[in-house]
Amino acid sequence: MNRAFIKIFVIFWKDLLNEIRTREIIVSVLVFALLVLVIFSFAFGTEVDRKETVAPGILWVALTFGGVIGLNRTFAVEKENSRLEGLMLCPVDRAVIYWGKLAGSFTFMLALAIVITPIFLALFNLPMFLPWLALIIVLATLGFAAVGTLFSALAVNTRARDIMLPILFLPVVVPVIIAAVKATGSVLVGGSWGDMSTWLQIMIVFDIIYMVVATLFFELVVEE
Amino acid sequence: MSKDTAAAAAWSIEARGLEKSFGERRALRGIDLQVSRNECLVIFGPNGAGKTTLLKILSTLMKPSAGSVRVDGIDIRDKPVHIRRKISLVSHQTFLYDDLTVFENLKFYGKMYDIVDLEKRIREVVSWVQLESRLHDRVGTLSRGLQQRASMARAVLHNPSILFLDEPEVGLDPRASAMVRDVLGDIDSASRTVVMTTHNLERGLELGDSIAILDRGRVVYEASRRELSAADFREIYDRYTGTGR
Repeated sequence: MNRAFIKIFVIFWKDLLNEIRTREIIVSVLVFALLVLVIFSFAFGTEVDRKETVAPGILWVALTFGGVIGLNRTFAVEKENSRLEGLMLCPVDRAVIYWGKLAGSFTFMLALAIVITPIFLALFNLPMFLPWLALIIVLATLGFAAVGTLFSALAVNTRARDIMLPILFLPVVVPVIIAAVKATGSVLVGGSWGDMSTWLQIMIVFDIIYMVVATLFFELVVEE
Repeated sequence: MSKDTAAAAAWSIEARGLEKSFGERRALRGIDLQVSRNECLVIFGPNGAGKTTLLKILSTLMKPSAGSVRVDGIDIRDKPVHIRRKISLVSHQTFLYDDLTVFENLKFYGKMYDIVDLEKRIREVVSWVQLESRLHDRVGTLSRGLQQRASMARAVLHNPSILFLDEPEVGLDPRASAMVRDVLGDIDSASRTVVMTTHNLERGLELGDSIAILDRGRVVYEASRRELSAADFREIYDRYTGTGR
């Protein structure tokens, strides 16, 4: 078990080092997400009366679509030079590869959220200290990364992988997106724990389902 | 080890009735193959014959549609992780990350294989492929020939007892190809079982202890290298595959 964790970390560290060198994912994703925020803030205005209705949707559109761009690169980088075959030749269970890649996807998406969220809060004149929002972001990002990593491995072998990933990914993560938007809306209006808890529970349940199912199906996806 | 396993372990690699289909297309149509320990088997065949598919199955990258493969007497479906410690694959793709240095790439793969005293082992393999002076250069800055040598260093890092070579000289210019050939010559003389695919009849005959011709997913010819001259084999190859060289 310990060895598996070490290998997961080794794969994660390799992805991180590669990203630090190339900045392929983080720069493109950040620019895209920032553009979404700026365009929406101009379209709706930052002084809208019902921020809790509009603002959560804007934040999650930026994070979701920015995340899709990043997820597209997760396995694209392994496709070049047939690096995925090199990984698959290593003496580890396929699930270890999945979790290593998931750790990378989750970290990159979380890094995106850490940069984008304060800008979003500032643009819409919202309070900066919202610990519940941090929890919502972590849970939703985990769900996105769990499904996105699996579908990225699936889409990378298709000709139209840039189109294929959002087509596969978005319908499956809809429950998490809805829960994240609703829970964020509740946080922004200072709602009670009761208002939020249902949405948080939905995200936790879907995260677990996504991770278990993706772990089971990953071998099938990469070997066939 | 059971009696059956011990008997089967007489072969380093043993494939029985291997079949692989991609939808309607049958890439392999019942391949039987035995490779002895420390033998070098060279598989020839035209494009689309199924050589790469066969090596992918033998190296646990792909599951066969039917049939079985045993490596050192162990069915690869039973203990794939265990088998992967014994094998390695060099193809015309390097499996290396262009933006990491040669050292970082080898360190990554070495950690995945739990290699003890990794830095010492990296120095050994890098010295073997004569890449010491480029160890800390990014792989993307190396020429294609040097990248392929780095790929060979990666492949032997964990000292595999079985090495699969899938057309390792494809895409190399003559000079780079000669450099890779030198390294391949060293591999051949080491105590390893080697299964190699190539289009290069002369080079394959030079390296192989035994040879096979694969055509349209079937082994159509098998022989020991000792039984053949280069001229005879060229004629046989043309006859079995319907191609001229």
